[in-house]
Amino acid sequence: MKKILLVGNPNVGKSVIFSRLTGIKVIVSNYPGTTVDFTKGYMKLGEEKVELIDVPGAYTLEPTCKAEEVACEMLEQGDIIVNVLDATNLERHLNLTLQLLGKSKPIIIVLNLWDETRHRGIQIDTKKLEAILGVPVITTSAIRGEGLNDLKKRLNDIKTESQSRQLENQLLINPETRWQEIGKIIAQVQTITHRHHKLDERIGELMIHPFWGLVFGVGIMYLSFQVVRFIGEGLINYLLDPFFYKVYAPLLDKLSIILQPESFTHKILIGNLFDNAIDFKQSMGLLSTGIYVEFGMILPYIISFYFMLSILEDVGYLPRLAIIADNVMHKLGLHGYAIIPMFLGMGCNVPGILATRILESKRERFIAITLISIGVPCAALQAMIIGLVGAHGVKYVMIVYLTLFLVWLITGFILNRTVKGFSPDLVIEVPRYRFPSISQLFKKVWYRVYGFLIEAVPYVLLGVLVVNLLYTFRVFNYIAPYTRGVITKIWGLPESTIVPVLIGFIRKDVAVAMLGPLNLTIKQLIIGSTILAIFFPCIATFTIIIKELGVKNMIKASLIMIGASLIVGGVLNIIL
Amino acid sequence: MKTVPLINIRTGEKAIVYEIIGGRGLVNRLGALGIIAGKEITKLSAMMMQGPVVICIGNTQIALGYGMASKIIVRKE
Repeated sequence: MKKILLVGNPNVGKSVIFSRLTGIKVIVSNYPGTTVDFTKGYMKLGEEKVELIDVPGAYTLEPTCKAEEVACEMLEQGDIIVNVLDATNLERHLNLTLQLLGKSKPIIIVLNLWDETRHRGIQIDTKKLEAILGVPVITTSAIRGEGLNDLKKRLNDIKTESQSRQLENQLLINPETRWQEIGKIIAQVQTITHRHHKLDERIGELMIHPFWGLVFGVGIMYLSFQVVRFIGEGLINYLLDPFFYKVYAPLLDKLSIILQPESFTHKILIGNLFDNAIDFKQSMGLLSTGIYVEFGMILPYIISFYFMLSILEDVGYLPRLAIIADNVMHKLGLHGYAIIPMFLGMGCNVPGILATRILESKRERFIAITLISIGVPCAALQAMIIGLVGAHGVKYVMIVYLTLFLVWLITGFILNRTVKGFSPDLVIEVPRYRFPSISQLFKKVWYRVYGFLIEAVPYVLLGVLVVNLLYTFRVFNYIAPYTRGVITKIWGLPESTIVPVLIGFIRKDVAVAMLGPLNLTIKQLIIGSTILAIFFPCIATFTIIIKELGVKNMIKASLIMIGASLIVGGVLNIIL
Repeated sequence: MKTVPLINIRTGEKAIVYEIIGGRGLVNRLGALGIIAGKEITKLSAMMMQGPVVICIGNTQIALGYGMASKIIVRKE
């Protein structure tokens, strides 16, 4: 099967084109480095089925980071290259194009964001460009779907046509002559009429102002947090709790009577009864606690978190935040752009860890990945902490967050001093602000929520099942004597907490949920949920860390996490 | 005509990139973003306490770490 590659600089809309052509769901955002791994899909060209590959963005064919390495490796395997360019930035984007022309593979040039050239006073003579380069040039506005049929048609033609390149290879290899060549091309094909400063640019500049940028940054973060809480709580209070308590509970009650409370199936599916009734938070049955925790407590916050994150992403605010945060992040051995993986990690650690591929050095990736798994709680875990600890008062939730933030900060500070290697400076392209497309926004939230449901539900149910079995067979009676030292002496928790700690390996949200029935004091709840957040990654995160860092570094990172949880738990036990 | 590091010009000022003091890696990296000798740039912002510098080049805004910005020498008109 023929392989067609979508290649271009970061943030030009390759993923939008990919998604439009294949119908495959991919996350698109307004910042460079959204796609860090390739995605494959299929499309029809005439009668033939071909493979389309969405390649991570690259500025050059001499890779400077992991995402660009992936791009360069992919390039060797492709049969046809679709080179996507930002039409409003033709000169810079031609740098990659000219390098690609050096490869003897059929190429189609796609000038995307074509609609934006008009109101930016940019005119490009595509016919002339086509003549100079000797390859087809087409224009698209992918987000609106314009020009994609044309692209398909030209792709179909290119299978049979042979291309005659006009530029000499020698000119393309040397950067200096390449830029000279680009200059000549631009002079022939592009005219720019003068235009005035636009309002969006003024706002854009305010956001990166040394003082106002900081004020806005803090304000936007606070506002985002409030929106997440507002939507999450709203969904719980007005939609999910009424459903669970008025509709679902009576159904389970009936099932409970049919199954009979003493039976083993009852124990597994419904769990224990409290005062002859099901308690969603404590019964620990698959259908009671399993379903309620997942859909009644976590899902609403997953929805609200991803809604807010997607807005920030699509508007293009995150790279601005990276600029503001650069100073602090340098103290942790990272640069400002590492704030984006941290943010994604607050939804789920796995995509956060994958996003560290936008960082250039191994040292940075090790530090960033360790920091995500140690101090960035995922949305599911946060939902449980808010639900459980928050029931005693907001200030206790704040204690947990503050502790995690300090752990994140201090660990980073220490890692910066101890991990060998270098951390390069921040270099990022700041995307233009865009008004998010509402339908795209909802689609993206849905992909992510769907992804969460598919990946998390099985583990949550497994976790609840294991808990149930551990309790039914009283397994913890055998383990508890060995772990007593750490759990009771250092952390000041009851022996029975060993079960949640063990379950933390499967899912941290289930583990925190299990602290509920243990009748802990608020101090023990705070310590318990904090150490569960720090101690060891969940199974999904664990797997991805091995994949991204290798076994040796995984062990290092894990030891740091275990060490930190011992210290933090101990310190909290003393000072609270 | 005088040449100064990018960090030493004022916010809002325009200048021409004169040279990049650094190895091939740095030159390539900046080159890939369009920062090459002879290009006109505008400094848009500089964060406090040796924070990143934001410049506008062509139609692109680029943020550069302080260390990197100090290696870009520009020529004021």
